[in-house]
Order: sequence, then structure tokens, then C-alpha cells
Amino acid sequence: MATIRLPTPLRPYASGQTEIEVTGGTVSEALESLFSSHPALRPHLYTQDNQLRPFVNLFLGEDNVNDLEGLETPLQISDRLMLLPSIAGGIEERLPDRSAK
Amino acid sequence: MTTALSHEEILRYSRHLLIPEVGLEGQRKLKEASVLVIGTGGLGSPVSLYLAAAGVGRIGLVDYDVVDSSNLQRQVIHGMSGLGTLKVESARNRMLDLNPNIQVDMYNVPFTSANAFEIARDYDLLIDGTDNFPTRYLVNDVCVLLGKTNVYGSIFRFDGQVSVFDAQRGPCYRCLFPEPPPPGLVPSCAEGGVLGVLPGTVGTLQATEALKLILGIGTPLIGRLLLYDALDQTFDFVNLKKNPNCKVCGPNPTITELIDYEVFCGVPGHDHEEGSAGSLWDIDALQLAERLRQNPRPRLLDVREPHELEISQIAGADLIPLGQLAGRLSELDSAEELVVFCKGGTRSARALELLVSAGFRKVKNLKGGINAWAKEIDPELPIY
Repeated sequence: MATIRLPTPLRPYASGQTEIEVTGGTVSEALESLFSSHPALRPHLYTQDNQLRPFVNLFLGEDNVNDLEGLETPLQISDRLMLLPSIAGGIEERLPDRSAK
Repeated sequence: MTTALSHEEILRYSRHLLIPEVGLEGQRKLKEASVLVIGTGGLGSPVSLYLAAAGVGRIGLVDYDVVDSSNLQRQVIHGMSGLGTLKVESARNRMLDLNPNIQVDMYNVPFTSANAFEIARDYDLLIDGTDNFPTRYLVNDVCVLLGKTNVYGSIFRFDGQVSVFDAQRGPCYRCLFPEPPPPGLVPSCAEGGVLGVLPGTVGTLQATEALKLILGIGTPLIGRLLLYDALDQTFDFVNLKKNPNCKVCGPNPTITELIDYEVFCGVPGHDHEEGSAGSLWDIDALQLAERLRQNPRPRLLDVREPHELEISQIAGADLIPLGQLAGRLSELDSAEELVVFCKGGTRSARALELLVSAGFRKVKNLKGGINAWAKEIDPELPIY
């Protein structure tokens, strides 16, 4: 089965797992498979009309699926998808904190 | 004119001079180079130390924070002797101690749309060592609009990202991330923390890229993004392409000057004056202590993560982590007075927004969070 690798910020929504096996012949089917086992991930990755959120990047091997055929990019069984989050830094308490760490 | 190296410098840099890719010519390039480091914190610490040690002739530091003991877990350029002093000054002292042959310019100001061009203009390249989205988009746009290179590094908990954004030779940060995540949606806003050594790894990779760019050697990370996972100890690379629809570096840009990045990101990048927006919904620790002595007492809602309860707690508070709040509103009664709190007031401000939008009106946010409570009311509690 194909796998999806989750970055640290998203692992709490998948019981702490790093890589998750998914089924499906395309990227969108693989994501649906991911959401069916881990529904809490959906709002973090998808907009309400089932498009990848603009700050979420999904790579198939070394290539952004947006540079391939998007969500319709075909997947092989041995493929590995990697989610890339938008991260800014490790500091949580924004309001009382400072600009540059 | 050729920059001369003194005998002391030749001895100091001898391990560079022995490498054919650097040599005397490269060392002179380093001495003639100027680099602006935005942020003198976790990433800025190793970046500034290694650039100073390598002999980069002029290094600018932008930060308006002061050194706090909670910084020292990762910001290794600072030390106990610098507690309470300006970060740029503390860093400059350490850098000049390491290498008195360099010049360190200090900018003890927030990096903003109003001053960014003026500060950045005189530097060859910029290094992004910030910790928030507004300043990251600002650094990117400044680099694109001034035609400069942005050595990017970012961290979260155990994950790191490194790339070199140069819009003349490849994609920019906006090509990859056209928009920031909305506040409160992604975990990076709701939770925090970083393994102290992680910015060390990521920052030294940024410093490496900066030195390569100055020396003109190797293959810079242009069009490639390095992903570091400290837990699995893996490095992955992905290819980045220029986005034809990029609003700042695409063929039809709509961003042609610096914008209001706090509005763009929906979050503040800098401190704001006390008593600004949101004060209507605030309650301070003294007021809360007074309210808790009256009947009926307000219900206390702690929106931190479960593992933070081990650090400090306010008696009688119920825990609903911010990430679960939207799904657990049925556990709350909008008729009841509610005071939400977290560590410092940010997550609880998001919780408050969520509650207000769900129709809650009798809700207040504990200003300064449980840390303010520890400071003002209960000195038995630690501040973290």
C-alpha cells in the first residue's frame, strides 16, 4: 500500500503516527482513505470543497503534486506521499511574545 | 580594491585557507560580505555565531527582545550574564568576543514594512530566523522586491525546514506557501515548544548555505527544500518550482510594495500596546481572584494541553484543550459566566473568539494566562 508521511504538527490528529498506509489509485483517493481512518485530519488539510488548503503542500516523492496532476495524480502501491506543513517557529504565546526569535 | 587580511586573520582563518574552495580569495569574499540576520533567537544564535567565526565582514542583527532565562534552552549566543539586556547587544558582545575583526550592526527594532527596506538595502543577503508568519512573509517580500536572497529556516518541535529563496533563480517562499495558515487552525498556533537543539541544527544549515552563497561554491538549496525530522533523524529533500501565479514573484505580481503583514496573516507579529483590541473581553488576575470570592463563581476553563497540568494548575478549572474546544461546546453552558485561560493568553484568546462566534457572551479571557496568575496571585506556582 502507499504511505503518507505526517509531519510532527499533524501527528496528534493521527494518534501520534508518523506514516500511515493508505489505499487508492490517486492522491485524492489516498487522502480519503487517510480521512476515513483519521477524520480529525480532514479540516487541517482540506477546504470545505475538498481542495488542499493553500498552506498545505503534498509531495509525491520529491515532487509537489501541484506540479504533477494535482489531486488526480495516479499513485502506485509503493509510492510515498509526504505532507509539508507551514511552520513559523516554536513559540506559541504570540500576543505577549516578540517578533523575532 | 582587494581586502587585505592581517597576520592575525591569516592565522585565525588558516583552516579555511587550507581548503582550495575557500582559500585567500574566498576568505576575502567573506570579509567583504554583509549579511542581515532577522531574529537573534534560536535560529539566529548559531547563524550569527558561525558567520562571525567564519569572518563575514559585516553582520546586521534585527531583534527588539531582551534576553530571558526561558531563551537559554536554545538561544546559545546568550548567557546568564546577558539576562535582561537587549538581545542584539548580548549577541554582538559574544560575536565580537569570538571575532573582533568583524563589524556587527544592531537594529533594536521590530522588522516592519516601515523600516524593512531601509535596514535590508545595504546587505548582500538576508537570513530568516524569525518565529512568526507575518515577519516571514515580510522577509520574503523584501528579498523579492529588492532582488536579494533569503536563506530560510523554520522549526517546530522536532521538525525543521531549510531552503534558499532567490526569486531571480528559483521560487520564493510565497510560491510554496501562498497564504499562511489561518490563526487557530493549525497546531502550530495552538501548541508550541521546540527541542532546544533543533534550531542549532537548522541554524547551522542556514549558516552553511549563507557561506556557500558568499563563496559561490557548491549547490545552493535554490529550488529545493530540506526537511529535517529530529525524532526519526531523517533528512528529506523535495523540489520546489516557481509558482506562475505567485503574487510577488510571478509574471503578473499583485504585491509590488510591502503590505500590512499582520492583517495578511491575521495575527500580530509584534507586541502591541496594552489595552488595545480585546480588552473588553479581558479579565486580569487580580480581578479574577476577586470574582472567585463571590457567588456564583465563574467557571474556569483551561484550554492548555493535558501535559501542561503537571507544570501548573488553577484549582477547580476544567480542561478542554483548544484543539478540542469546537467539538466539545456542548459541555459548556452559555448562560454561565466563563473565564478561559492558557499559559500566557494567546490560546485562550483564540478560544474566546471561538466561543463568542458560537454565541457565548458571558466569557472572559484571563490576561497573561496562568503565568500572570502565578505572578500576581499564587507565587507557589512556577512560571513557564
